[in-house]
Amino acid sequence: MSNYDPVEVTPLHADEVARMQADALDAIKAARDLDELKQVRLAHAGDRSPIALANREIGALPPAARAEAGKRVGGARKAIADALAERQVQLEAERDERVLVEETVDVTLPWDRVPRGARHPLTTLQERIADAFVAMGYEVAEGPELEGEWFNFDALNISPDHPARSDHDTFFVESVDSGKVLRTQTSPVQIRALLGRELPVYVISPGKVFRTDELDATHTPVFHQVEGLAIDEGLTMAHLKGTLDRFAEVMFGEGITTRFRPNYFPFTEPSAEMDLKCFVCRGASVVPGNPPCRTCKSEGWIEWGGCGMVNPRVLIACGVDPARYSGFAFGMGIERTLMFRHNAEDMRDMVEGDVRFTLPFGMEV
Amino acid sequence: MKVPLSWLREYVDLPAVTAHEIADKLTAAGLKLEAVTSYGHDVKNVVVGEVLSIEELEGFKKPIRHCQVEVGEAAPRQIVCGATNFVAGDRVPVVLPGGVLPGGFEVGARKTYGRMSEGMICSERELGLGDDHSGIMVLPEGTPIGADVVELLGLREDVIELEITPDIGYALSIRGVAREVATAFEVPFRDPADVSPPAESQPSHPASIADPTACDRFVLRSISGFDPHAPSPFWLRARLTRAGMRPVSLAVDVTNYVMLELGQPLHAFDATKLTGEIVVRRAQPGETLETLDHVVRSLNPEDVLITDGSGAISMAGTMGGLHTEISDDSTEIVIEAAHFSASGIARMSRRHNLVSEASKRFERGVDRELPLYASWRAVRLLTELGGGTVQPGVTHVDVPAEPVRISIPSDHPGKVAGTHYDRETVVRRLEQVGCTVESGAVAPADEMAVLLAVTGDDMLTVTPPSWRPDLTDPNDLAEEVIRLEGYENLPSTLPAAPAGAGLTEGQRLRRRVGRALAGAGYVEVLAYPFVGERDFDNLQLPADDARRRAVRLANPLSEDEPLMRTTLLPGLLKILVRNVGRGFGDVALFETGLVYRPAPDAPAQAPVLGVDRRPTAEELASIEAALPDQPRRVAVVLAGEFERSGWWGKGRPATWADAVEAARTVAREAGVELTVRADRHEPWHPGRCAALYAGDTLVGHAGELHPRVIEAYGLPPRTCAMELELTRLEAVLPGPAQTPPVSAYPVATQDVALIVGADVPVAEVEAALREGAGELLESLRLFDVYTGAQVGEGNKSLAYTLRFRAPDRTLTVEETTAAREAAVALAAERTGAQLRGA
Repeated sequence: MSNYDPVEVTPLHADEVARMQADALDAIKAARDLDELKQVRLAHAGDRSPIALANREIGALPPAARAEAGKRVGGARKAIADALAERQVQLEAERDERVLVEETVDVTLPWDRVPRGARHPLTTLQERIADAFVAMGYEVAEGPELEGEWFNFDALNISPDHPARSDHDTFFVESVDSGKVLRTQTSPVQIRALLGRELPVYVISPGKVFRTDELDATHTPVFHQVEGLAIDEGLTMAHLKGTLDRFAEVMFGEGITTRFRPNYFPFTEPSAEMDLKCFVCRGASVVPGNPPCRTCKSEGWIEWGGCGMVNPRVLIACGVDPARYSGFAFGMGIERTLMFRHNAEDMRDMVEGDVRFTLPFGMEV
Repeated sequence: MKVPLSWLREYVDLPAVTAHEIADKLTAAGLKLEAVTSYGHDVKNVVVGEVLSIEELEGFKKPIRHCQVEVGEAAPRQIVCGATNFVAGDRVPVVLPGGVLPGGFEVGARKTYGRMSEGMICSERELGLGDDHSGIMVLPEGTPIGADVVELLGLREDVIELEITPDIGYALSIRGVAREVATAFEVPFRDPADVSPPAESQPSHPASIADPTACDRFVLRSISGFDPHAPSPFWLRARLTRAGMRPVSLAVDVTNYVMLELGQPLHAFDATKLTGEIVVRRAQPGETLETLDHVVRSLNPEDVLITDGSGAISMAGTMGGLHTEISDDSTEIVIEAAHFSASGIARMSRRHNLVSEASKRFERGVDRELPLYASWRAVRLLTELGGGTVQPGVTHVDVPAEPVRISIPSDHPGKVAGTHYDRETVVRRLEQVGCTVESGAVAPADEMAVLLAVTGDDMLTVTPPSWRPDLTDPNDLAEEVIRLEGYENLPSTLPAAPAGAGLTEGQRLRRRVGRALAGAGYVEVLAYPFVGERDFDNLQLPADDARRRAVRLANPLSEDEPLMRTTLLPGLLKILVRNVGRGFGDVALFETGLVYRPAPDAPAQAPVLGVDRRPTAEELASIEAALPDQPRRVAVVLAGEFERSGWWGKGRPATWADAVEAARTVAREAGVELTVRADRHEPWHPGRCAALYAGDTLVGHAGELHPRVIEAYGLPPRTCAMELELTRLEAVLPGPAQTPPVSAYPVATQDVALIVGADVPVAEVEAALREGAGELLESLRLFDVYTGAQVGEGNKSLAYTLRFRAPDRTLTVEETTAAREAAVALAAERTGAQLRGA
């Protein structure tokens, strides 16, 4: 007690502390932006601010007075700090809003700086078909496009007199008796698969084929087919029908109506044709009096592809015992499938390479 | 095959069904509907009238008649008519006012040429009965007046047009179609060939078969005193017209009628023009024949001929000769009905590019038993309609043929179908086809039959009918049973295939390449693979360039493009030009496809092997050896802006660098790092051509095209291209990627600027830096290329950022500096590079 200095400590008077607090709060309120608030913080809450200086004086008070003064100053400081924080949040929000508004752009501006390309639908359709069959356990088999005549015709039981073997239908290489042709169908891959693979064989073979047709809306000399071949013990026409029904569903959706009718191909016996209910008239054009249908020529059905049980003669030519093995084969036109599936009307669009035709198909069909 | 239903109904008792119902059944049986055409359903109020009197009207440019016509009404009708081929007393078809002619043409009463005309007197064409419009149709005397012409003439007709597959020649006849319809509707069938010719003992005309492989039955019958001017009756002409054949003359019309009805082609000779014995033989070298179409044909020694003492008189089953043709004064007629070799006629028809109704039938197979009956039917019809008498006797030369017999187990059709048909069904169906079915088996007839033989319990031996030469194998019989039982009734079952291995690596790579290029902005095209010499010239290929050695087609679509492509570029460039022409100047295209590269020492011919066994490995190799190499390539072409101009600023034109990058895009999908070297290789710009290597293997080229190529194809300036052989990339696929170490230690970055000669390839500098820097180098990036005074004439400055990192520690400055110095030192040694500012 002897060192007690009974000096009056003015800054710690209650009304003085209240004034400091009021000044500070006024200044905080008056700060218009974050920079001003920063100045206010220095002036009213910094180390040299009146309230900070007042705080230091507490030690000079007699012990009995310290508690009350401390409480008074502490309360004021907290009020100032709270006000500062509140104002800070407020001003930051205001600033953010202003800045973000300033940074606003027109998000509707176009942006095609590096346009994406696309894959040809005939390619991606072949892939989709391959995928459907790979999912059923098939593998994708391939063969040359320039093919030996034996593979393209003879081994498929197409006799030397068959009309398809004339130069009206088939491209011959070098000369008509070179034994070399541009394959007219993907069926020679059947032969290669039977000669080159272990039985049983389940293969699908999409690819390019050639016939001497001039290009028009429904013909092209270079087109695509997908060939399917399954050779196993105990395979029947019911399996063929089941496989094609599934294929049709995968291609055209569950609602597709198919028709299986007899036809003739040298390489299959029995042979069949798979027809699809016309996707334009839905068969209505068959009824007399209804408008004719250009797509199905008012037949109500469209030929999708040929198929049948692999002719035992074909198996014999490949060294497969027909008494033990049987199987089926089918061949569908990819262009036709694209026409049905995507309402492509003109074959020329598929061969001309106009980017407007291809771009909408993107990466997959 | 056009089938008038009235004709069909003569031989089948069809229930009351529509043409479409019949067609549906036939389609289900394998005779596919092409079209149904209905005639005469809209015709009404056409009656038989008698011309009572004719008044010729004067003062018009053409003859006009005003006729009084009795039509069985209270009073005669007055009708104006422009035809003059009738006289008073003729019976004619008259359409009355309110009546309708084919095509919905309504006729009323009107004033014309100053007179009332109450209807119209009709020509055949106006009644929808063919082309005859030379005059009005005069009906036979005694045709009842007032009778309905539609009923009288059978104007109402539905014609079903069927697509007949090449194996079933028998269906190219009313007889064949009627049999199928009878089976489909399960109603009786009356065979039109059932005409009971009389037994004859002597030949009608001397004849022989010199080559039994060309013809195994030859029948001749003769008529004497035929009236060559007798017209074909209306019903005959109408039938032929509806069936799609043009009426010609009675003799020709009757042979055509019998052919359509029975399926047996016939030929009529003028007997007075024949000399000596008729012989069926092959042609002799140098022999010629002028055929009915007035074409003199040089015959091939394999051609099948009908000949007489004068030489060739007919190309068998294809077209007759002009000289022995019946003419409009022929009264003595010889009718030929024969069975020729199907392949003999097919080849002759193809050789001479001559397809006739007869050749179509012979090459598809004609009933061997028909000639005696069809010829009898023809001579009877001819004498009935054209007078004269059938001469006694028939020439019948026959080469005996063994009937085909096939044994199958009775459950074979069901096993093929995947369902069960009981024995009774199988036998019944085969008998409906016309087969004879007996119990038990017979030995296979030849080696192929041994291989094809199906054995089992309850064997049936089946003898197909003479009109089904296509039935030779067990599966042919299975098909007959299955089709008649209905393909639509087959069960539908998915087979359980064994688990497959999925796509091959090569197939996966192709898909990735396609997606990567499309993602990079390229649009895929599929060009025709046909090119011409001109393309090689346009590409500026040197005379000895390997790509000029191309496969040539014997029968190209265009003489300008007879070759198979050896490079993908011509097709791509033409499609690029097409797109530019259609207003798309910024184009980037790609294609993947085969090129065809003949091996220089390949045999000219690929052998055509037998089919009675699996070929040996050597035989198969001999085919492969003759085929060209067919590797798969990928190529891109690009022009215009690769990055578009827009509101963001200027775009970036497509450059050589984009073409090289396209190659890298492809290689990246293969997991292959390409090495790029400068090259000179057509069709590229000699200073902007990159050779692309995978290791030491050249896989392709990329860069800007040569200006002369651009000019030759009319391409946009600076068009760029890349072509790369995917097959070569597939050969060096590195396999699965190995997981790299991922170090968490900090990176140390050092920049270095090097001055090198302007002609030093950057790739070499970079390779030296990488090798010199050693294992600590994580990556290296060229961030600036500078040429200018500061680095001296003929030099360039290359600025690189080198990033170093160790797997196990933080690198010290000393370590990274040492690595950098080593890198620079090796670059200096290899390329003469000097540190800039050093």
